[in-house]
Amino acid sequence: MFGEGILQGLYETARNFFGSYVDKDRLVTVQYPEERHQLPEATREFPFLLYDGADPEAGLRCVACQICEKECPPRCIHIEKSKDKKPDFVGKQQFYPAVFDIDVSVCMSCQICVEVCPFDAIRMDNEFELSTSNRFGGLLYTKRELAKPNEYYQKIHPTEAAETDERREKEAEEAKAKAAAAAAAAAAKAAQAAAVPAAAANGATGNGAAAPKPAGQPADKKPVIQ
Amino acid sequence: MTALPAPTADQIWVWLKAWLVLHTPAPLQSLVSIVCIVAAIIVVFASLFALTVLLERKGLGRIQNRYGPNRVGPFGILQPIADAVKSLTKEDIVPRSADHVVHYLAPLVLVGASFLAYAVLPIGRNMTAVNLDAGVLFFFAIGSATELAVFMAGWSSRNKYSLLGAMRAIAQMVSYEIPLILSSIAVVMIAGTLSTTAIVDQQARYTHGIAHWYAFTPWGLAGFILFMIAATAETNRSPFDLPEGESEIIAGYFIEYSGFKFALFFLAEYIEMFAVSGLGITLFLGGWSSPVSFLAWIPSWIWFFAKLLAFIGCFIWVRGTLPRLRMDQLMNFAWKFMLPMTLFVILSAGVWRFLPATIAGSGALGAVVRWLVCALVVLLPYIALARTLESGRKIEKREYRFAD
Repeated sequence: MFGEGILQGLYETARNFFGSYVDKDRLVTVQYPEERHQLPEATREFPFLLYDGADPEAGLRCVACQICEKECPPRCIHIEKSKDKKPDFVGKQQFYPAVFDIDVSVCMSCQICVEVCPFDAIRMDNEFELSTSNRFGGLLYTKRELAKPNEYYQKIHPTEAAETDERREKEAEEAKAKAAAAAAAAAAKAAQAAAVPAAAANGATGNGAAAPKPAGQPADKKPVIQ
Repeated sequence: MTALPAPTADQIWVWLKAWLVLHTPAPLQSLVSIVCIVAAIIVVFASLFALTVLLERKGLGRIQNRYGPNRVGPFGILQPIADAVKSLTKEDIVPRSADHVVHYLAPLVLVGASFLAYAVLPIGRNMTAVNLDAGVLFFFAIGSATELAVFMAGWSSRNKYSLLGAMRAIAQMVSYEIPLILSSIAVVMIAGTLSTTAIVDQQARYTHGIAHWYAFTPWGLAGFILFMIAATAETNRSPFDLPEGESEIIAGYFIEYSGFKFALFFLAEYIEMFAVSGLGITLFLGGWSSPVSFLAWIPSWIWFFAKLLAFIGCFIWVRGTLPRLRMDQLMNFAWKFMLPMTLFVILSAGVWRFLPATIAGSGALGAVVRWLVCALVVLLPYIALARTLESGRKIEKREYRFAD
């Protein structure tokens, strides 16, 4: 009523003023380029591409399926599929992106590309110091700039990376087991096939005569559809 | 200008000027004398502006538990130079539909008027640029010219925000000029003169080692507080910075100014603040005189600038503490509180003038009685006024009929 609230406020600010010289804990400022906050694990800025091993070209996980390109809301991803194929981590022949560009000036960090990717090939980076003097070319990231090793991913998002790695390991093992089984089956078949001519020669001629029948079936079906 | 004053520490600047004038040819002497004074005022107060901006940014930072600027030079002390370079190199944009001539003139008029006020400020013994008989009147007349410049800026920009800001500034300045002048009238009544030099001379006398500052009297103390509140509003300082209220009207009357013209507005605002603080020092705090006689050996100009820096510190402190007022609060405060209080201060000064300082044969009793009576003349209306204003405004829990 008599202005004592103003005096109270003045006391409080004076306490802050002198306290900030005495007590360093009062100062909340982080002197940025020299000091940095530890970024939270869930930090996300812009996407990057993961590769396994040492070579970013050979180890790139992306198979150029273009799902992220189609799902991206602001359409900041541009992919051109390769003509040839290379083996992926389970040894299957896959396409790879001849061109993979992300325009980070367009990207809105929504993480949808990460969520739709079935190959664990694209993830969110936490790098935020992206300033450049070239506002067009400098913000258009090509495959070379986007590719980062799996170790980097393990460093910035340890929990997520551990989960992904575990899953991929399992998949690779399954694929290996499958391949081993297939190889074993093929080997058994081969062994059987090798055993057959030795046992009986007339069985093989009977098989060969039966073979044209299933091949002719699609041609028979055609008029039925029309 | 034939005889040089003694080159003591107190009179060093006066001596320096007199020496310079003495060594120039006779026809140029008056010109050199004027140039010396003007250059000194502009250089000293413009560098004080740079210092204040730095102190303000550092001080506000510390009040808010931040570091403040600390990158340019050691502890950021070269920040004003960086600011100056920045404002000088920025593009000067003039709106296409603005009134170009008035838009160009407004900052110049503002800075000119702000600096003119220093003509009558005694910044040390024998250090008044012009010893006008009507010095206080001159000060307030020049102070009103800044209002013109503010409105020129607001009107010529042809922007609704700048016009709103200018309207606010005019309303605020006109309202607060009345308590500002009325509270200084009390001093003029007691001193019996409008000359700033004479007012300081009257306060630079000592009884029992204590100066006759008007702030040491009850009416003077009340008048001083009211004067400083009005001065804060007059110079658009926080918490009375409605004319530039960033949250509503972006920057107010200087919204369309950029580059160096913006810097000039900024400069003028601070120059005005120093000037009105200087007048407050002159009227109530004995100008260049020391509060106690045993400290009178410290040079007079050091006393003046020490007081000025203390005032600047208080301005920064208040800015870091109080939030901005609302327009109706501002006007209510001016007309319902400030104006009646200044009238009672004048009444109290009158009582002080006509009560005898000593009653014969009673020792100090007469002085004590006079002091108490004058204090009551100010204090009782203050309590009554505060209570009435409070009772009219009840804070109740608001009932929501529909939205709940």
